[in-house]
Amino acid sequence: MTIHDMPKGRTDGAVRFVVNGKTVNLTLDHRVTLLDALREHIGLTGSKKGCDHGQCGACTVMVNGRRINSCLSLAVMHEGDEITTIEGIGTPDALDPMQDAFIRHDGYQCGYCTPGQICSAKAVLEEIRQGIPSHVTADLDHVTFSDAEVRERMSGNLCRCGAYSNMLNAIREVEAGK
Amino acid sequence: MRAFSYERATTPEAAAAAAVATPNAKFIAGGTNLLDLMKLEIEAPTHLVDVNGLGLDTVEPTDDGGLRIGALVRNTDLAADAQVRRDYPLLSRALVAGASGQLRNKATTAGNLLQRTRCPYFYDTNMPCNKRNPGSGCAALTGVSRQLAVIGGSDACIATHPGDMAVAMRALDAVVETVDAEGATRAIPMAEFHRLPGDEPERDTVLNTGEFITAVTLPAPVGGRQIYHKVRDRASYAFALVSVAAIIHPDGTGRVAFGGVAHKPWRVEEAEAEMPNGARAVAARVFADAAPRPDNAFKLPLAERTLALVLAEAKE
Ligand SMILES: Cc1cc2nc3c(=O)[nH]c(=O)nc-3n(C[C@H](O)[C@H](O)[C@H](O)COP(=O)(O)OP(=O)(O)OC[C@H]3O[C@@H](n4cnc5c(N)ncnc54)[C@H](O)[C@@H]3O)c2cc1C
Ligand code: SF4
Ligand code: FES
Ligand code: FES
Repeated sequence: MTIHDMPKGRTDGAVRFVVNGKTVNLTLDHRVTLLDALREHIGLTGSKKGCDHGQCGACTVMVNGRRINSCLSLAVMHEGDEITTIEGIGTPDALDPMQDAFIRHDGYQCGYCTPGQICSAKAVLEEIRQGIPSHVTADLDHVTFSDAEVRERMSGNLCRCGAYSNMLNAIREVEAGK
Repeated sequence: MRAFSYERATTPEAAAAAAVATPNAKFIAGGTNLLDLMKLEIEAPTHLVDVNGLGLDTVEPTDDGGLRIGALVRNTDLAADAQVRRDYPLLSRALVAGASGQLRNKATTAGNLLQRTRCPYFYDTNMPCNKRNPGSGCAALTGVSRQLAVIGGSDACIATHPGDMAVAMRALDAVVETVDAEGATRAIPMAEFHRLPGDEPERDTVLNTGEFITAVTLPAPVGGRQIYHKVRDRASYAFALVSVAAIIHPDGTGRVAFGGVAHKPWRVEEAEAEMPNGARAVAARVFADAAPRPDNAFKLPLAERTLALVLAEAKE
């Protein structure tokens, strides 16, 4: 065993950010990820921990309007940020169109990956609208919606149940409905 | 994860000074590589210097017609930047070939350059690894080496640089700009930025302790057809087995750098004279000193054929 150096300063700190429109003040061990802060400290258990290493997308949330893996980000690094989780996207009584489409198209089986999938799906439509290119974009200057674009852009969200084709149907419908 | 203290830096010089002031400190940018490794205790900094508040997040023209890319420009923004898409499409293509949408939204230019190897034994803390634990040996030499280097390795390490962006930057002759705690700056050509493992595989790059990357500059656009082709085990969201970053002019001349084959993006400028003569001629020169292992010998024909595909595509 190696003897590890001990930190000289404090190993916890205060942070304030906004989650689903509400300001949250926390004092956290620096090691707490944004995902663990949301789930264990704020009680928002919609965002899921699949791998904790950026490999599955179950922890996807929106930070300042962009999707990120909340497992690979420290909570204390989010001072002043605006965070939206699946709970902020819609509720059972007031579903977001993407949530509604996932339900109608059976875009899940066990549902574990679903909050991350829905956060990503919404972000994907926005990223295409903003003209952000992807690996399958033929012309970097003309980004348009296609099944191939959705598949590529959703590749950071794994689904062990393999509900991919129904998710694609749901996303296609939301895009068409706009 | 080991406990650590944390501060937010306010200027690049202060960040560099903070990283030198505390032994075993590290900068944290997007955190997508560092936190992954900290969770596994492969990295165990006692202090983190958060550099996200420094700005350095714009892409600006330089006086000599090139671009200066701030160290904190996110991979998504760099790939989507209008000037990069128009003049350096190779860089956009390499960026969007890497990781996932979520990761690219966080990953920074500097962090991407400094991402550590994906050698499976580097990640497995039960195994000997000279890069993770200098002097402990290299499990890959007698282990599964499918992912690992075919050229430029040593008896101490055969890891690869796993990234995509750096391969395009190598072909584009990018330069890494840094500042240290004393405020001294330097400009390091991409060719010299990543090291070969030699007998110090724990050092991935030529950066000194506390040296902070402020920007990456690109020289004036070189034109040509710019193609990045990545071969991997699944269609998306996987590291390269082999990648080719090529710039090909109408007369068949050009440049090419290879990813996934060495401890650094692999480019042999002298071999580029063979570009008009086709992939076989180029690959023979580029990989003349290759020392593949039985598990990864396939990378040599794969690299040649991927280049052949790219050269054919450039003629379309
Ligand atoms: C599941 C997964 C898949 C991936 N797939 C790919 C892929 O296919 N292709 C690919 O290229 N990459 C891939 N990546 C890697 C990803 O690109 C990197 O994690 C990312 O680019 C690192 O950037 P960051 O800003 O998050 O770095 P951080 O994790 O913040 O930092 C990385 C290192 O850089 C140092 N550092 C950061 N900024 C500076 C600075 N300004 N000056 C000096 N040092 C600095 C840090 O101290 C640290 O040592 C993948 C990652 C994951 C998790
Ligand atoms: S190849 Fe390098 S990184 Fe992999 S086990 Fe050997 S020393 Fe470690
Ligand atoms: S839990 Fe974050 S990507 Fe898997
Ligand atoms: S619905 Fe079960 S993992 Fe996706």
